Amino acid sequence: MGQPNPTPAQVAARTAPRGVDRAVGEQVTGAQSIVRSLEAVGVENVFGIPGGAILPTYDPLMDSDRLRHILVRHEQGGGHAASGYAHATGKVGVTMATSGPGATNLVTPLADANMDSIPMVAITGQVAAPAIGTDAFQEADIVGITMPVTKHSYLVTDPDEIPRTIAEAFHIASTGRPGPVLVDIAKSAMQERTTFSWPQELALPGYHPVTKPHAKQIREAAKLLATARRPVLYVGGGVIRSGASAALRRLVDTSGAAVVTTLMARGSVPDSHPQHLGMPGMHGTVPAVAALQKADLVVALGARFDDRVTGKLSSFAPHAAVVHADIDPAEIGKNRAVDVPIVGDLREVIEDLVPALQAEQERVGKPDVEAWWHQIDTWRETYPLGFSATADGHLAPQHVISRLGDIVGPDAIYVAGVGQHQMWAAQFIRYERPNTWINSGGLGTMGYSVPAAMGAKVGEPDRDVWAIDGDGCFQMTNQELATCAINDIPIKVALINNSSLGMVRQWQTLFYNERYSNTDLHTGHGTLRIPDFVKLAEAYGCVGIRVEHESEVDDAIKKANEIDDRPVVVDFNVSRDAMVWPMVAAGVSNDDIQYARGISPAWERED
Amino acid sequence: MSRHTLSVLVENKPGVLTRVAGLFARRAFNIHSLAVGPTEHEEISRITVVVDVEEHPLEQVTKQLNKLVHVIKIVELDAEVSVQRELLLVKVKADAATRSGVLEVVELFRAHVVDVVPDSVVIEATGTSAKLDALLAALAPFGVREIVKSGTLAVGRGSRSITDRALERVRSA
Repeated sequence: MGQPNPTPAQVAARTAPRGVDRAVGEQVTGAQSIVRSLEAVGVENVFGIPGGAILPTYDPLMDSDRLRHILVRHEQGGGHAASGYAHATGKVGVTMATSGPGATNLVTPLADANMDSIPMVAITGQVAAPAIGTDAFQEADIVGITMPVTKHSYLVTDPDEIPRTIAEAFHIASTGRPGPVLVDIAKSAMQERTTFSWPQELALPGYHPVTKPHAKQIREAAKLLATARRPVLYVGGGVIRSGASAALRRLVDTSGAAVVTTLMARGSVPDSHPQHLGMPGMHGTVPAVAALQKADLVVALGARFDDRVTGKLSSFAPHAAVVHADIDPAEIGKNRAVDVPIVGDLREVIEDLVPALQAEQERVGKPDVEAWWHQIDTWRETYPLGFSATADGHLAPQHVISRLGDIVGPDAIYVAGVGQHQMWAAQFIRYERPNTWINSGGLGTMGYSVPAAMGAKVGEPDRDVWAIDGDGCFQMTNQELATCAINDIPIKVALINNSSLGMVRQWQTLFYNERYSNTDLHTGHGTLRIPDFVKLAEAYGCVGIRVEHESEVDDAIKKANEIDDRPVVVDFNVSRDAMVWPMVAAGVSNDDIQYARGISPAWERED
Repeated sequence: MSRHTLSVLVENKPGVLTRVAGLFARRAFNIHSLAVGPTEHEEISRITVVVDVEEHPLEQVTKQLNKLVHVIKIVELDAEVSVQRELLLVKVKADAATRSGVLEVVELFRAHVVDVVPDSVVIEATGTSAKLDALLAALAPFGVREIVKSGTLAVGRGSRSITDRALERVRSA
């Protein structure tokens, strides 16, 4: 078009933003080849810890000016940090560990990332190729161990295969349904000479994720959505992974349907949107749970009908036709029979569905959803999210979390552990943007919060990153505060300290006659405070603040938010008797949701 | 429960069988038999797996198998339009007094004797599962010492090849 043809160098510069991504047959060591491959594939941050079998790779890593390696204190921390980084940025998170125990410490983060579809690559050292299978020092068959919990895995013993393997690993991790990929590389392959070439041809004949949805299925879905009288969009984490939030907003507005966002999808639709009913499931809002139960059409978008959402599966959304869109064909029909299956990338699905729905609405008119919204509004007025004052006079954890969300605001990133504090953080913080709510949903990994917050802060250094953690979770991974303090990663930790394993205690209260077997942690007010979290924070070079009274909450949050030169831990001593409501007990129908203990909504009879 | 035969074409790479077998175990699918071997193309191996499942779980089996990166293609082979065979080696007691009776059974089932010693024979037979069961039942009175069976192998009837198109994918990848 009137422009001169680009030179090869210009083309190369375009595909390689920083200009050194083309190489033909350079003589290097396997270790150098690993570092060059990671640079070429665009990695900027690596969370890892060295050891014997990965040592050769750490030497050239020291010279790389494009890879920032953050030395973590435990491999699990490195894995969750990579996950938090991926969650916050959408880029592939990278973690590195040595063989044997280094690698086995990555099992939990890999399983966690596999359940929550996090794009992640783990590079592990393996003993030298001739020693494999001999029970050598620090040998573990990590490919075998992690096979059930990774999207794919590689064992590399030939250094010539390093660049292609790393290129494939990143491709697999980041495309289709994202997930963790393990690349286990023998120490001998790192030490041998090889050639480095880039870019690499991928050899993946069995890997073809379908991203473009079938037009006929889109039309079928549009027809159902245009005529449903009680439609609900059931939005899952796939919408976040595919970057479909903006498109989804148009679908919400065009359809007039009610929207619920699962634990993995909080923030994909703004909580301030009037059609948004909040989170469904075991601790969902009454309007969200009720809307699904009474719906005549459920459009599942990147959600997987998890048991924590459906309750007793056979009684979930009993009146609803189901449209299910997901990039993973195996999710469709796995738990719930589907009327209209759509395989595709959620963004493409929704971008195709909006005009199809508009065309259908022009033909048949806008759907009559007025009665539906009247019913929903009644639920919203009668059963809003809330909490009651504590009986023991101690701080209400819900109050702390509500205030945190109000003061810090929707531009921050919130990263939870697992348990009561996680549910309250999902309920009482108002999310307005995608990728601002990070948690371990599928695997439910206690200890996720601090390292994942560290990773998120590395990925989004200009945002405030708040870890919302429990006293149980925090004691599993708080060693990464050292990593944060030393590497200038000033996260903030809101410790919801109820001196116990709160969610387990809640179940003991409700289902085990208040017999509190092994759930007391002795960390709160009136206890030995072992450990003392304020002293612990200070020992790690962080600021520690203790809050025991409601009057101190706001000031502590503001003070923490102003500190930006080191991490802050705010130890909120809260009541241990606070419980997460609403609740659908495990294995029962969502119709039996309890708004508060012993209070169930009275549903109108329908015939 | 109904029985289904799947032909799974996979890349000929280390660990593929582990991945396939592991998937069946962790998704709680029952394998009735499994056989693996090379094909006419060195890049491709073929796993024949017989599973006992209903229609709906079978779809899950297929979808989950398809998610394995090394799986290229899966074809369900209906018994009506495919040839399905197992191989049996069975060691049966046979001395001077009983040998002729044993050989009569071998003859009837068009099997072969592949090893003879004074007090036993080894019989080789191929056929459907039902035929081999009938053979074993007929041999039982003589005294069966050892049974070795392969998994089922299956190939579609007619001239079409399911490996050809899979090969195109492997070569163009």
